[in-house]
Amino acid sequence: MSEELIRFENVTKRFGENTVLDDLCFSVRAGQHVTLIGPSGSGKTTILRLLMTLEKPDAGTIRVNGGKLHPADEKHRREVRKKIGMVFQHFNLFPHMSVLRNITEAPIRVLGKSREEAEARGRELLEMVGLADKYEARPAQLSGGQQQRVAIARALAMEPKVLLLDEVTSALDPELVAGVLDLLREIARTTDITMICVTHEMNFARDISDEVLMFDGGRVIESGSPEKIFSDPEHERTREFLGAVL
Amino acid sequence: MNWDWAAVVDFLPRFWDGLLVTLQVLVLGSVLSFTLGLVWALGFRAPSRFVRWPVHAVTEFVRTTPLLVQLFFLFFVLPEWGVQFSAMTTGTLAIGLHYSTYTAQVYRAGIDAVPAGQWEAATALSLPRHRTWLTVILPQALRRIAPALGNYVIAMLKDTPLLAGISVLELLQQSRLESAATFQYIEPLTVVGVAFVLIAYPASLLVRSLERRLV
Repeated sequence: MSEELIRFENVTKRFGENTVLDDLCFSVRAGQHVTLIGPSGSGKTTILRLLMTLEKPDAGTIRVNGGKLHPADEKHRREVRKKIGMVFQHFNLFPHMSVLRNITEAPIRVLGKSREEAEARGRELLEMVGLADKYEARPAQLSGGQQQRVAIARALAMEPKVLLLDEVTSALDPELVAGVLDLLREIARTTDITMICVTHEMNFARDISDEVLMFDGGRVIESGSPEKIFSDPEHERTREFLGAVL
Repeated sequence: MNWDWAAVVDFLPRFWDGLLVTLQVLVLGSVLSFTLGLVWALGFRAPSRFVRWPVHAVTEFVRTTPLLVQLFFLFFVLPEWGVQFSAMTTGTLAIGLHYSTYTAQVYRAGIDAVPAGQWEAATALSLPRHRTWLTVILPQALRRIAPALGNYVIAMLKDTPLLAGISVLELLQQSRLESAATFQYIEPLTVVGVAFVLIAYPASLLVRSLERRLV
C-alpha cells in the first residue's frame, strides 16, 4: 500500500451560519483515485477548494505530504500548490490567450521551462486530448467539451502529483460529456497521478475509483470500494441518494 | 457684428501654438491619469487597510473638489511652500491627478468584473501574484474599460481650457491674448470652439466603435 499523501483532520468549514464541512476526517494515498459523491451542498467541492488553498478551514488541519496547509507561510503553500492541479466546472480558461498559451503560461512562469520546451509539451498534450489542430484558437471558439479538454491539458502541463476534478462535466451539453470522461479514464489508466474527483457521473465514478466517499451534511457517512458502495451500500442515506441519481 | 476672415487668418499662428499646447497637456495628462489611476485602483485592493484607507481618502478628496480650485491651489499656494513648477507643468499635473481619481473608479470596476474563476485558475496554476495581475487580470480588465477610459480623455480635452486660469498658453488663452490685442472676440473664440468639436466628435465616434468591437 502506498504512502499517505493527503489527510484531513477534524476539518470544519463554515460559510456564515452554514456549516459545510463538519469535523471531517479522511485521507488519500499516493496514486489513489478517490471519488466524492453526495447531494449538492454537502461540501464536496469545498474539500477540493480547501486543498487548492482557495478557501481556509475554520478548524482542523489539512496535511499534504505530511506538511500542514494551514497555518503555513505562503512559500510553503506555493510549493504545495505546484504539486496540485485543478480542473473546474466552468473551465476557467483565460479567454484572451490562445489555447496553446493557456497551457504554456504556467510551465514557463512557474516551472521555468523555456518557451520551446513548454510549447512542445503543450502540443503533445493537445494531441493527447484530441485538439492538436486547435492550438491557435481562442477558448471562445471551442465547444464546452473542447474547452474542458484544454483545461485538463493545462492542468497536466504543470506535472501535478494530484489532480482535483470539480464536477468537470456538469456544465457540458450531454453529448459532450462522454469525450471528457473518456479522456479522464485514459489519464487515470496511464498515469500515476492521484485523483480526487467530485462528480455526479456514477458510471464514471465506478470505472475510475479505488475508493468512493459518500458525503452528507458535511461528513463522510460511508466509504469503500466502488463495488461495495454502488451495489451494497450500508447506509440508508447512501441508498436513497444512489436511488435518486442512478 | 461682422465676421472677418482676415481676423481668422491673423489668429492662425497663435492657434497652432495653442493647439500644440492643448494636445501636449492632453497626452501627458492622459498618461498620468491612466498610470496614477491604476495605482489608486490597486491601492483600493491592498491587503492592509493602512493603505486602503488613505488611498480612499485622497482620491475622494481630489474627486470631489473642483479642478479649477486645485489648479489655483497648486499654482498659487505651492510656491509659498517652496514648490514651484511652470504653469504648463502645474496644469498637466493637476489635470492628470484630477482625472486619475475618475480612471481609478473605471479600473476598479473593470478589475471587479473579471470573474472570480480567473483568479482561481491562476492560483491553481501557481502563478505568482504579479504574474496573475499582468497576464491574467489586467489584460481582461483593460479590454473592458478601454471605451470608458477613452471617454475620460475626451472629457479631459474639454477641461483643458481651465488651464487658461493659470495662464497656460493653450487654445483658449491664445484666443484671449489675440482678442486683447485686436478687440476681435468672435473669430478667435469661434475658431477655438470649432477646433474642439473637430477633435472631440471624431474621438467620440472612435470610442463608440471601440465599444462595439470589444463588447
